[in-house]
Amino acid sequence: MSNAMLNDSSAQSAVREIQIRDALKEAMTEEMVRDERVFLVGEEVGHYNGAYKCSKGMLEQFGSKRVIDAPIAETGFAGIGIGAAMAGLRPIVEFMTFNFSLVAIDQILNTAAKSRLMSAGQIECPIVFRGAGGAAFQLGAQHANSFEHFYAYTPGLIVVAPATPYDMKGLLKSSIRNDNPVCFFESELTYGMRGPVPTEEYLVPIGKADIKREGTDVTLVTWSKNLFQTLDAAESLAKEGISAEVVDLRTLRPLDTETLFNSVAKTHRCVVVQEQHQIASYGAFLGHLITREIFDELDAPVGLVSTLEAPMPYSKALEVVILPSVERICQEVRAICG
Amino acid sequence: MEHEVLTDLFAKMLRIRRFEEEAARLYTEKKIGGFLHLYIGQEAVAVGTISVLKDTDYIMTGYRCHGHYLARGGSARAGMAELMGKETGCAKGRGGSMHFFDVERRFMGGWGIVGGQVPVAAGLAFAEKYKGEDNIAVCYLGDGAINIGAFHEGLALSALWGIPAVFIIENNQYAMGTPLERTASTDDLSIRALAYPMARETVDGHDIYAVRATMHAAAKRAREQQLPTLIEAKTYRYRGHSMADPGKYRTAADVDVWKSRDPIKVLGETMDAQGMKDLRMRIENEIEEEIQDAVRFAEDSPFPAPETAMDYTYV
Repeated sequence: MSNAMLNDSSAQSAVREIQIRDALKEAMTEEMVRDERVFLVGEEVGHYNGAYKCSKGMLEQFGSKRVIDAPIAETGFAGIGIGAAMAGLRPIVEFMTFNFSLVAIDQILNTAAKSRLMSAGQIECPIVFRGAGGAAFQLGAQHANSFEHFYAYTPGLIVVAPATPYDMKGLLKSSIRNDNPVCFFESELTYGMRGPVPTEEYLVPIGKADIKREGTDVTLVTWSKNLFQTLDAAESLAKEGISAEVVDLRTLRPLDTETLFNSVAKTHRCVVVQEQHQIASYGAFLGHLITREIFDELDAPVGLVSTLEAPMPYSKALEVVILPSVERICQEVRAICG
Repeated sequence: MEHEVLTDLFAKMLRIRRFEEEAARLYTEKKIGGFLHLYIGQEAVAVGTISVLKDTDYIMTGYRCHGHYLARGGSARAGMAELMGKETGCAKGRGGSMHFFDVERRFMGGWGIVGGQVPVAAGLAFAEKYKGEDNIAVCYLGDGAINIGAFHEGLALSALWGIPAVFIIENNQYAMGTPLERTASTDDLSIRALAYPMARETVDGHDIYAVRATMHAAAKRAREQQLPTLIEAKTYRYRGHSMADPGKYRTAADVDVWKSRDPIKVLGETMDAQGMKDLRMRIENEIEEEIQDAVRFAEDSPFPAPETAMDYTYV
């Protein structure tokens, strides 16, 4: 991973360098201290301190009433979280990874997302589903799925996919306080990544993208951990004389079209970098949206760098081929800047 | 049974029956769209169980939800308007027949994915325990829901975490058009409770007195001991699965066996035998007026305004 996140424009003066897992823990802990209705439920969140240690020490601090180890039954504990939210609590449901959310997806898409509409606003469902998404190193085909777009497809859900420790903490706190169901995507690969996080309390607003690097020739749009390789690509492109602006969406639903369109209107070129497969993906939607809404600003078709159209193979020799890379980002930029 | 209770149960069951008979008529007139799953025949289960609950207990059910909504005291006007997709409906025309809501009465909806409501209802009860309240949640499901994962996970976690919920399988003998013997290896459905484990009861769903007694014990167990119960109420729907289903998988004689012990008929006869024939007839007239008023109200109500199509998606 790069050190590019140290350029985080939002960093304030009184800061420490902490890992993302600790940023997430701070967010949950602060919100649980602030609001007794907030509780954490998931596999291994308590006695084991979290599969990725995001809840280390929280059982000790809050007790087993509010930090609840669940058996492996995602439909069950996601559904119980949803019911608890309908009855006035504010659950944080941890999926060890979003790969396992698929066995609970009916609860998320059909119950949580639709309860407000179906009841004409009589039911509120303030709940956060959080966990790791996307590929890590050599986890094989079933543990490397990138599913943000499944959830971003569904009206009624908010989908947050931050990258830096600062954004992780600020957006998780905002997600817990939000009155809608939120899917919050993290990454196994970056839980140990360090970055500046203020000591004083702060929030990062949902639905606001962030320009992580300014540039003039092309806009690179991304989210989640792909931010880091995108920033590396921007650095590499700079050496070729191409000035790339990097827009970190941070939230996929609702989408901050203003920041996105302003950047593309400035650079006139755009490449989306995503870990999804291309077909029916969020990046494909962004390409459509930009082409439809600000076609006159474009000097080239919208580029798209995606995971190739195959399930993830195990071997590291193949994994790097399938996933987006700095080199593939640079190639796509060169192709539309030529 | 005291006269007051008897007449109340009779009135509540008849109200559901007449509401749905009118709904069926309106459906054939194409004033109601989508699916319409009628509860006719099963009224004693909803009315009997809900009659022993507190006003602050939660209720959640599947898509065959009109009966539970009305048994909880939901407005016939708002229910009929919902069926017609009107702004005055109990979900302002956003829910429809399968998704009635009356959250003020803690009727938390009709839900359309079979079994999906089971863990969610457990979550309602979980929250009440978390808050230190002595309210419980009651979850209704059909015999068609007992093989799906959500049912088992909801029950397993309820037993594990001591969740004060009561789960009621309304065994109406058919999962859509498939009879129970082709969906379950036993006709003793509450036996599944032994696996989690939790308390279990089996009750004749046409016997409203037995239904009340069973529910009373289960509610007490949930409220006082934070222990869940699985109840199987054996019952029968006289109509097809939905209005689209003529029910050709069974004979008229099959249906008549259950109709002969129809709980509304039985309670009506009991009232007559106890010298309350005039009262029974007055109740029938009042309900008829209420239902006809509900139909007029629904027909006269406005549809939701087109510009509100995106409302209620986000806060």
